[in-house]
Amino acid sequence: MITFLGLIVTILVIIAIARIVRILELTAYLSGENSERITEKNNNLQGTLNLVFLFVGMIFIVFTTWRYSRFILPVSASKHGVQIDNLMNVNYVLIFTVFFITQILLFVFAFKYRHNKNRRAEFIPENHKLEFVWTIIPTIVLGGMIVYGLTVWNRITNAVSNKDAQVIELYGKQFDWTARYAGKDNTLGKANFLKININNPLGVDSLDPNAKDDILVKELHLKINQPTLLSIRAQDVIHSVYMPHFRLQMNAVPGMTTQFYFVPSITTDEMRKNLNNDKFDYVLLCNKICGMAHYTMKMKVVVDDENQYAEWMNKQKSFDGTAVADNTNPIKVSAVASK
Amino acid sequence: MENQAHVINGHDAHGHDDHHEQSFWTKYVFSQDHKMISKQFLVTAIVMALLAMLMSMTFRLQLGWPDNKFPFLEKIWGHWAKGGKLDPTFYLSLVTIHGTIMVFFVLTGGLSGTFSNLLIPLQIGARDMASGFLNMLSYWFFFGSCCVMTISVLLPDGAASGGWTIYPPLSALPQAIGGSGIGMTLWLVSMVLFIGSALLGGINYVVTVVNLRTKGMSMTRLPLTIWAFTITAILGILSFPVLFAAALLLVFDRSFGTSFYLSDIFINGVALDHHGGSPILFQHLFWFLGHPEVYIVLLPALGITSEVIATQSRKPIFGYKAMIGSMLVIAFLSFVVWGHHMFVTGMNPFLGSVFVFTTLLVAIPSAVKVFNYIATIFKGNLVYSPALLFAIGLVSFFISGGITGIILGDSALDINIHDTYFVVAHFHIVMGSSAIFGMFAGVYHWFPRMFGRMMNKTLGYWHFWITLICVYGVFFPMHFLGLAGVPRRYYANTAYDQFDQLVNINSVISVFAMVAGLAQVIFVANFFYSMFRGRKAEQNPWNSNTLEWTAPVEHLHGNWPGEIPTVYRWPYDYSKPGAAEDFIPQTVPFSQTESSNAAGMH
Repeated sequence: MITFLGLIVTILVIIAIARIVRILELTAYLSGENSERITEKNNNLQGTLNLVFLFVGMIFIVFTTWRYSRFILPVSASKHGVQIDNLMNVNYVLIFTVFFITQILLFVFAFKYRHNKNRRAEFIPENHKLEFVWTIIPTIVLGGMIVYGLTVWNRITNAVSNKDAQVIELYGKQFDWTARYAGKDNTLGKANFLKININNPLGVDSLDPNAKDDILVKELHLKINQPTLLSIRAQDVIHSVYMPHFRLQMNAVPGMTTQFYFVPSITTDEMRKNLNNDKFDYVLLCNKICGMAHYTMKMKVVVDDENQYAEWMNKQKSFDGTAVADNTNPIKVSAVASK
Repeated sequence: MENQAHVINGHDAHGHDDHHEQSFWTKYVFSQDHKMISKQFLVTAIVMALLAMLMSMTFRLQLGWPDNKFPFLEKIWGHWAKGGKLDPTFYLSLVTIHGTIMVFFVLTGGLSGTFSNLLIPLQIGARDMASGFLNMLSYWFFFGSCCVMTISVLLPDGAASGGWTIYPPLSALPQAIGGSGIGMTLWLVSMVLFIGSALLGGINYVVTVVNLRTKGMSMTRLPLTIWAFTITAILGILSFPVLFAAALLLVFDRSFGTSFYLSDIFINGVALDHHGGSPILFQHLFWFLGHPEVYIVLLPALGITSEVIATQSRKPIFGYKAMIGSMLVIAFLSFVVWGHHMFVTGMNPFLGSVFVFTTLLVAIPSAVKVFNYIATIFKGNLVYSPALLFAIGLVSFFISGGITGIILGDSALDINIHDTYFVVAHFHIVMGSSAIFGMFAGVYHWFPRMFGRMMNKTLGYWHFWITLICVYGVFFPMHFLGLAGVPRRYYANTAYDQFDQLVNINSVISVFAMVAGLAQVIFVANFFYSMFRGRKAEQNPWNSNTLEWTAPVEHLHGNWPGEIPTVYRWPYDYSKPGAAEDFIPQTVPFSQTESSNAAGMH
């Protein structure tokens, strides 16, 4: 029934528009306009509308930016994120400047030079000086942006080789995440997809001595100011580790291991205070389409201070079943243990 | 070369006056006439665009009001919207097919197919395409691929649902998502047909432009439309075969047990027997097409805009040679920037740096184009046809969407906004809306050339303003969703407390999207009404200089009765000082315009 009604409504709308066209044509004919030629009246109205649109549009842009900018992610909870945010701010200034100048020129000219039968357009096919200027300026500005951008990028990506980092594996599968902590030795046990079974969801090689103290958890706990190296794998299809509050994203690709190095710099408690929201939690989202329940594939992320972290870690069970002692500094702890 | 071209043309001009009898089938269906093929492309593209729009409106309902039920959806989509609630898998199918249709069928096949076919022979002064037969095949391959893609939506298991980029392993494994079964197979079949169409068309366009230009039509006297179409065709010829290779290897992985893209996969309790492949390889191959594809979509729209802005401003396009140069530079760069889609895939960061460098360079020729458009309007005398409005809209979008590209092309910034709504906003403005506005500009401008009738201008104005406002209403707020960290391709954001506050933005966006959708009904009604009942067009309704307006309104096989016109000047002699009229068609020799020759003889 509804399909039928919908069809009828659609047909009626189309007929109505066709009728309106007919009426428009008749009125145009009666007022002496006998073609679809563009009249001075059209030019004045459309030219003016361009100016109106510019005004209303600018108000809309400014209002929306003011109204919605409160939703932009809060201050970065990682050290490298601050550099990204600074770079972003420079970009905002640049693109808003370009945006306003060019849009204003475009629509103001569109209004100002609307057709006037007493005037003739000026024949200006080129102007080499002007063209040189507006080629060279973007070139210099973009050159600067490239250098600045790549400096930040290199700083972020080169840090992967930092040896002091605590290693944590993130493992994605349809549709959940698992984190594996390397334990006291700060070395992840080997893993192989052929070893995956119900009791060994990550396919960790139990014969590998490095695996004995590995810990599997469903909630990612990070220690404040602890350099952390995420080692990322996937079981079935591509997933993506996305932790927006830390300005962190890296794909999880079946058949290979990817990495991301970062230093968390604001604890969950501090962030809750900053945001005035007791219920706030960091979150890890899947950000690469991975199947039906992609939109629910997440993991809670907690940034602890030293004590909270040690307390949490003590409660976890490792692969060989022992509780894990406080590894405030995993490198040092493992060094002590080997003595 | 020109003389030779003329000879070929002359030879080709066999008996264009004696109309050989054409049956309904050879005239309207299996036509080899470029003008008819152009109309076929356009009408097919409009139908496909409406389908893709219906899909987008469906998923905008879901995104805008994730907690509501819309019982009428069940009437449209059947069991995929039981009780009015969209199925999450079907949501993914909808975004996938929406993207595929819009990018390939509307903005590649529809845009290039329509306007390259219509304008290349008419604007360079040729009787027809170099090969009418290949041209016909190009359309029918396109039609076939549209049919296959549409049928795939009706499958019980659902259409392809891995996103229009069909990244494996998701697209390779039916056990990963329903749409990766037969739906994905049909997607690949459709795409192979489409690639066939694009290549047949592209080769034809290039050959025609190189060989069949009329006497006097040197490369630097070509309208910018033709330059844009030619460069586009070359991009297509060089990049579509790579997509074909990527698709073929995917077919092998799906059906014949190879492991090009698959390795170490454990799914549904089974460890698959695939070793050593790399999903990243697919992404490299895909984006080697995928990025030039952006310009395959955009360049024709820019070419159309150049022509429309110059004609309607009654002014030569500013910096003709700079326009050609910047298109060539953009085309070249488009082949060396594909990695900017892959900054966070685990690709070597150094390689990432190289792609940042090349990507940001694209902004330079793009800026030059924008400045040239603005300079063309400057001190012009703008005749506001709907086409001019759409062309101005395109320039506005090209700016708004282009500048956010500077952010996305910067790998360090991309880390945080990759695959978020910021990206969705960016490409829908700079590529989607720009290109579709270019297409609208083209339709309004050349409708009299295509159908011998005028479109209604008042409805054209309404169509433009509503659409322009709605496009900004939809896509500007979307940037903020991205900056709030909302990933794209999420069926709902309800699983995340922090996104609850954004529901309102999504509703606003959806309302704008619905209105924009309704505004297209105005266009469709105007289009089909005018086709049959519109006012009869004059031969040169826009007082344009280019050759297509020297051909009679009534379509002839062979375009011109008698001799093909000879060209004496560039196409942009508008408002030349000393000339009596504010335009001098390309067919007027300098010997007849001595009073205006002092202003330069291009």
